[in-house]
Amino acid sequence: MQILYKSEKDVLTVYLGGDIDHHTSREIRESIDGEIYKLMPKTLRLDFRDVHFMDSSGVGLVMGRYKTALVYGCRVTVANMPPNVKRIMQMSGLNKIITFEKD
Amino acid sequence: MEVINEMKMTVDPRSVNEGFCRVAVAAFASQLDPTVEEISDLKTAVSEAVTNCIVHAYKVKKGKIYITAALTADNFVIVKVRDRGVGIADVKKAREPLFTTGGEDRSGLGFSVMECFSDKLRVSSKEGKGTVVTIYKKIQGKCFHEP
Ligand SMILES: Nc1ncnc2c1ncn2[C@@H]1O[C@H](COP(=O)(O)OP(=O)(O)OP(=O)(O)O)[C@@H](O)[C@H]1O
Ligand SMILES: [Mg+2]
Repeated sequence: MQILYKSEKDVLTVYLGGDIDHHTSREIRESIDGEIYKLMPKTLRLDFRDVHFMDSSGVGLVMGRYKTALVYGCRVTVANMPPNVKRIMQMSGLNKIITFEKD
Repeated sequence: MEVINEMKMTVDPRSVNEGFCRVAVAAFASQLDPTVEEISDLKTAVSEAVTNCIVHAYKVKKGKIYITAALTADNFVIVKVRDRGVGIADVKKAREPLFTTGGEDRSGLGFSVMECFSDKLRVSSKEGKGTVVTIYKKIQGKCFHEP
């Protein structure tokens, strides 16, 4: 599991990698929430480029970050989802409340 | 369905075992020469079932998770994930998309994902006794797609 950050102007990008499941999502959640609190970005970009596995815990993770970010007036976008990640994300209807960047 | 090979494993309901369980089942199923996508689907479905045992069934109760995987002559993988946890009062309701008793970090999509990523899903449960989830996944395999 990988969590890397890049902060540019008001945009905080999180590069996620490895497996996202119930086990790993706790650490990811705590890390991202800490970073939002520290940097107060206007946009949180979640980049799934290196994610090999994700189950519904990943949907919960994104939904939760959307709610947290909202409190700080920050919007959330997701990018570079591999096909298996995208399939689950689309099932959730999250695309109605957060922006899915075009590949 | 004639079973040609079977494996059983018992694990503690610890989240660190989620990754192990899905990878172990996938490795066993690899005998049927599945495609990358079929393996990915199987891993996802198993992960959902095992996670539910940990998050819901054994949230307060103690016990183990029992997993069996069977390969059939007609190229099905049948995975049973069983717990002796709290059980589900209304299975039909629990299987509805977005239904959750899990709070903030759960999306209520687990059963929908299991259904979508398998060919058939059976759920039987008894309150206070436990739950059995059976995932049926047909493996068309690589040979099937090649000319
Ligand atoms: N093994 C189980 N034991 C007891 N209750 C269960 C079990 N599996 C599922 N449930 C119940 O069924 C509900 C729906 O399960 P489902 O996996 O669809 O969603 P979830 O686990 O709540 O959220 P998600 O899977 O998206 O993180 C759960 O909230 C829980 O109430
Ligand atoms: Mg679940």
